[in-house]
Amino acid sequence: MALLEVKELRKSYGEVEVIRGVSLSLEAGECHGLLGPNGAGKTTTLRLCLGLADPDEGEISLLGLPVPKSAREARIRLGVVPQLDNLDPDFTVLENLLVYGRYFGQADEITRGRIPELLEFAGLTNRAKSKIQTLSGGMKRRLSLARALINDPDLIFLDEPTTGLDPQARHLIWERLKHLLNRGKTILLTTHFMDEAERLCRRLSIMDHGRIISTGSPRELISRHIEPEVLEVYGEDVAGWASEHADKLAMRAERTGETVFCYTSRAEPLLATLQNRPGLRYLHRPANLEDVFLKLTGRDLRD
Amino acid sequence: MRAKDFRPPILSLRFAHVWRRNFLVWRKLAIPSMLGNLADPMLYMLGLGYGLGALVGEVGGLPYITFLAAGTVCYSTMNTATFEALYSAFSRMHVQRTWDAIMNAPINLDDVVAAEAVWAASKSFLSGCAILIIIWVLGLSHSPLTLWIVPLAFLVGLTFACLGLVMNAVSPSYDFFLYYFTLLITPMVLLCGVFFPTEQLPGTLQAVSAVLPLTHAVQLARPLVVGVAPADPAFHVLVLLGYAAVAFYVALVLTRRRLLS
Repeated sequence: MALLEVKELRKSYGEVEVIRGVSLSLEAGECHGLLGPNGAGKTTTLRLCLGLADPDEGEISLLGLPVPKSAREARIRLGVVPQLDNLDPDFTVLENLLVYGRYFGQADEITRGRIPELLEFAGLTNRAKSKIQTLSGGMKRRLSLARALINDPDLIFLDEPTTGLDPQARHLIWERLKHLLNRGKTILLTTHFMDEAERLCRRLSIMDHGRIISTGSPRELISRHIEPEVLEVYGEDVAGWASEHADKLAMRAERTGETVFCYTSRAEPLLATLQNRPGLRYLHRPANLEDVFLKLTGRDLRD
Repeated sequence: MRAKDFRPPILSLRFAHVWRRNFLVWRKLAIPSMLGNLADPMLYMLGLGYGLGALVGEVGGLPYITFLAAGTVCYSTMNTATFEALYSAFSRMHVQRTWDAIMNAPINLDDVVAAEAVWAASKSFLSGCAILIIIWVLGLSHSPLTLWIVPLAFLVGLTFACLGLVMNAVSPSYDFFLYYFTLLITPMVLLCGVFFPTEQLPGTLQAVSAVLPLTHAVQLARPLVVGVAPADPAFHVLVLLGYAAVAFYVALVLTRRRLLS
């Protein structure tokens, strides 16, 4: 059974249609990534699935219940890690977990029984009595994750869980999320980090301008949308080289600033033209998810 | 505005979880909070009551400090609920995003708003009890009727909590609340018979005063402090309840529009 089934979702704010026909299906035990640039509609999609906003059109079934009609009941078995931390600053780490458990109508004994394990999971066992203000950004994210598990949910929504964290803190979050997946939890994750999506997600939906453009495993998306090899060439002389060789020898070439990205299934001829060009430097690598993302969503800046 | 924003409130006992959260936070600072509840109105009563009272003598057949004590009960419970429903609720809704966290759990916005209203009324209740103790300690009244001040404090608190939550729902920042104080709270303090009888006002101002909720609170509280039954108690209670009910509904519609669009 799909834990989340979304069909043809549409949502407008005023004249602007921000969700334009999104369909999505989450299988039990998978980590599904919503990958998209800022403003693509990822967070709005989550809000609609939580029943915090009503879609103009479309159907949502969350944990077997219709949303928004029975959204509250569905949330009993759901965990949410929001994009911006909203831990309760008036409480300690331990009180945050205890009080949050009460919002689920969960008896204090059950919550208290879970807290030691959750603190250990979050690496906060010795910070149980700390005030929230004294925690680092990474600790707050981990506590938000622990708080989302207080009701032992079947499904967890994570909205950009590692934005703003340093590499150490991100790796720790990823490791914790993998641990949850190994325990059979299902995760819906929004992100704009390719490495995060590639590491964690079994399937990805690339989203832009309120639509899902493509869905598949990271490998499927790469082979479906992009040439297997990439040659990045940069240097002052790149324009001349590009008009001379790139357009002829690459299957596709894109230029941004002083860099030319050549996409091809055979890079040798291109590499040969670079041998006597000391003014140019290059990087030859296999295509990755970021190439797919940039191809599908463009290179223009989003604000 | 969407049609759904106007649907009637859907309330449940789950509001108690949110009320309890606020109570737990308050409990951490209960002693300074209670001292504030006692000190502020006591200074007003002692300073104005004895200082001004020595100049004006009796007002409406009462020693001025007794006259003032009844007004202070209403004024102080109004203030407590107003501050809680404006600044504290706004912090929880907008600044700390505590409401967002609660609404990700299985609790709906209607219950959150109801919890804030009842919580602010609960703080008013405590504030009213504190002033009642001062009234007894200063020997301003010995009537058992003063015990009615206790539920009255809760009712006045609820009325002003709901009115404050309307403002909370539309406010972009803390600064916005100053308009509310200037346009509503200050006129109420000065026109509703807290410091002097409303009969002293010119006719037009008396007419304004008659429709303001604090007037009805004062008309219930003052006889109770003196030790006589208020005239038309049901009418005054209904006016306060009416303000509370309408304001709660308006606050709910506006908060739904703000947070659930």
